[in-house]
Amino acid sequence: MDNTALGLARIQFGVTLVYHFSFVALTMGLSVLIALIETHYVRTGLESSKVLAKFWGKLFLVNYSVGVATGLVNEFQFGMNWSEYSRFVGSVFGPPLAFEALTAFFVESVAIGIWVYGWDKVSRLAHLAFIWLVAIASNYSAFWILSANSFMQHPVGYLLDNGRVELKDLVALITNKYLFYQYSHTVLSAFVVAGYFVMAVSAYYLLRKDHVKIFKRSFKIGMICSIAATSLVIATGHFFNQYLVSVQPMKVAASEGLWDTAGPAPFVVLAIIDQDNRRNTYEIAIPAGLSLLASNSLKASVKGMNDLQAEYEEKYGVGYYIPGVSVLFWSFRIMVGIGFSLIFLNAVQYWCWRNKKIESYPILLKMTVWSYPLPYLAITTGWIMTEVGRQPWIVYGLLLTEKGISKVVSAASVWASLATYSAVYGIIALAALYVARNTILKGPYN
Amino acid sequence: MLGILFIGFLVLEGFDYGVEMLLPFLGKSNSERQAIINTLAPVWEGNEVWLIAAGAVLFAGFPHVYATLFSGLYLALLLMLTSLILRGVAFEFRNKDISKKWRSFWDWTIFFGGAIPAFIWGVAVVNLLHGLPIDGDMEYVGDFWDLISLYTVTGGLVFVVTFLLHGTAYLALKLDERFSPSIRKTGIIIGKYAIFTGAFFAILSFLYTDAASNLIASGLLLAALWLLVYCRHFMKKHSYVKSFLFSTLSIVSINSAIFMALFPRIIVSQLDPSWSLDIYNSASNLLTLRVMTITMIFVLPTVILFEVWKFYIFRGRVSTGETNLEYRELWIQLYQKINELIECASLISVKVEKIKNRLKDTEYQLKEYKTLIHRGHQLVNAIESVINSLRKWKSGL
Repeated sequence: MDNTALGLARIQFGVTLVYHFSFVALTMGLSVLIALIETHYVRTGLESSKVLAKFWGKLFLVNYSVGVATGLVNEFQFGMNWSEYSRFVGSVFGPPLAFEALTAFFVESVAIGIWVYGWDKVSRLAHLAFIWLVAIASNYSAFWILSANSFMQHPVGYLLDNGRVELKDLVALITNKYLFYQYSHTVLSAFVVAGYFVMAVSAYYLLRKDHVKIFKRSFKIGMICSIAATSLVIATGHFFNQYLVSVQPMKVAASEGLWDTAGPAPFVVLAIIDQDNRRNTYEIAIPAGLSLLASNSLKASVKGMNDLQAEYEEKYGVGYYIPGVSVLFWSFRIMVGIGFSLIFLNAVQYWCWRNKKIESYPILLKMTVWSYPLPYLAITTGWIMTEVGRQPWIVYGLLLTEKGISKVVSAASVWASLATYSAVYGIIALAALYVARNTILKGPYN
Repeated sequence: MLGILFIGFLVLEGFDYGVEMLLPFLGKSNSERQAIINTLAPVWEGNEVWLIAAGAVLFAGFPHVYATLFSGLYLALLLMLTSLILRGVAFEFRNKDISKKWRSFWDWTIFFGGAIPAFIWGVAVVNLLHGLPIDGDMEYVGDFWDLISLYTVTGGLVFVVTFLLHGTAYLALKLDERFSPSIRKTGIIIGKYAIFTGAFFAILSFLYTDAASNLIASGLLLAALWLLVYCRHFMKKHSYVKSFLFSTLSIVSINSAIFMALFPRIIVSQLDPSWSLDIYNSASNLLTLRVMTITMIFVLPTVILFEVWKFYIFRGRVSTGETNLEYRELWIQLYQKINELIECASLISVKVEKIKNRLKDTEYQLKEYKTLIHRGHQLVNAIESVINSLRKWKSGL
């Protein structure tokens, strides 16, 4: 393990962000589903829809409160661990965060308070408006956060001045093409998480033969949501990757385990990677597969890491510009593998659903319950690929990660905070699971 | 602008923190504590956003201040964030289990989630004025203990007691009227301490810093003291609205005094006054500042309106009746037990059917049948005890 302040701060950043995003993703997707259920209640007056909205609302809140509480760390972390980075990018990176807090999060937090405690304090329609506000604001806030992240990945709209980047063009910052791909891919993945969450909980009730009627309905909602979202996530992921070939070829080459430029380039299915000697000791590959995926042709050449390394040395000076290849290679494969297995599971669910008796397929229901962690694993590996693939840069092509770390913070301090956060996050995760379990065991009518 | 955000945060979070610190002392029984928490539950997230917004605006507008301050006060911030994380989830988790240990654990996280941030904010803000060891490269070169001195600790205590006072005023407004006498009594005692520490703090400010040379700052500081005296006075006279107004104003004026005394500096350097961070050497570029200012001119009034509206929706007082959780929990248990019994009965009938159909493995089946009946007996006993305790509860009411 890397015991320097840099290594520890990177671990801390990864742990706190992945943890935070796991909760945020569910918030983004589930808020929309709850809003849809409540819309149904308001339109038809069906009491069971209200019960459902309230039940999912309870689980939503447990998840939401953890998301909010851990979000604070992420914002403060830039100043605490990455103060040199903050000085360097503050002018460009700060505004999106500020817009998020001022325009999205303010609305969200006020609306959620009214939604939860205002069931009989405001009119039905107003109450519905608040859950929609929550849903829209949480998805809109992701836009600002991702626009900040997109700047780190693919800086645009800036000016290098006084030894730091300064905002030159706000419109360019938010019309960053990278942001477009990343935002659609991320939001859709949030809906996959939410869809599978709803399905898993509903499947649990269907297995217990408890409240079958209403949970068949929520199972259907979750299934429709996850079928649509999973297939779109795979599609956007494909186009995102094609786009990455042009802006971050190193990330693509590393995630595909491609060392030397090749045309046509093979798609490496499995490989043992030897980063020190810059080669794969063993690989199974499909000829021309990568060329087809990356640029829709059987002959196109795809740049490999060794050639990119030489290119970057020429451009940025001597250095080592290859990220952790094994990490990228495997996280990419896990993410894609999960994506396809989820869509396969969706197809089976849909097929059984058409026979109208989903509750008579206990094995399928059990699989649905247990597949619940998979979307989480996929978004985690997705973020690992995005962020590790950016290395060694903290702002792509502008600032190296090692230059962004706080100068005055010792490794011991980072150790202390890493240990504290891990302990606290662990306690909270256990408590949240326990509370969610209690809520589910109690059922929707309590 | 940043000042407004930060003061907005302190006013709103001020009563949060105050109420949280009062929780273990004012709330005698579980339902009383839950009622106290319910005065905050709908609003605390909205209040914490002010902190997040202030942090982000600081990041965007004054990246150097953000970087220097946050990396310099590393351990203090770590402590504060940890306590804020725990108290954030505590609001949601506390009433999800009836066990005593569970509840008292979250009660204490809420208490420390109020006390620690209040104290640390006080220490931090006062340190900005008192001066931090900052070198020529805008880097903090001291350690955790450099933050602690008589003056800064007094500052921390001032924040704690004014927030406590602010919290009592808030509770006096929001909680069922039968709590008012005890809240009032607490408020009067806290008010006394607030005035004393406030006065001590003002004297120290004139001694340790250059606040005395700044007329507006010293005026505001004295005004804050006067406001505290009146806040306590109105608390005595049972006019809680005025008392809350005055505690709000006193927090506003203490912090305005500090910011006024600082202006145009943001962090004073102890090592060399010319190394201080001010609004000129630590700001972003012009475009960012302009964009941020324009957004805030439009957004802040909207946000304030929105929040006012929210407080209007939740204007009613919170009583303990709404929160009779233990009572509800018992009903829930009863419901669950009955459900289990029904399940048990249906299993028995299935077994009976089986026995009827197949007389072969009778002995084995009979055994299962017996255990099921036994389980049924147990459940009936359990239900009986629950019903008994419900009866007791009712007669107790």
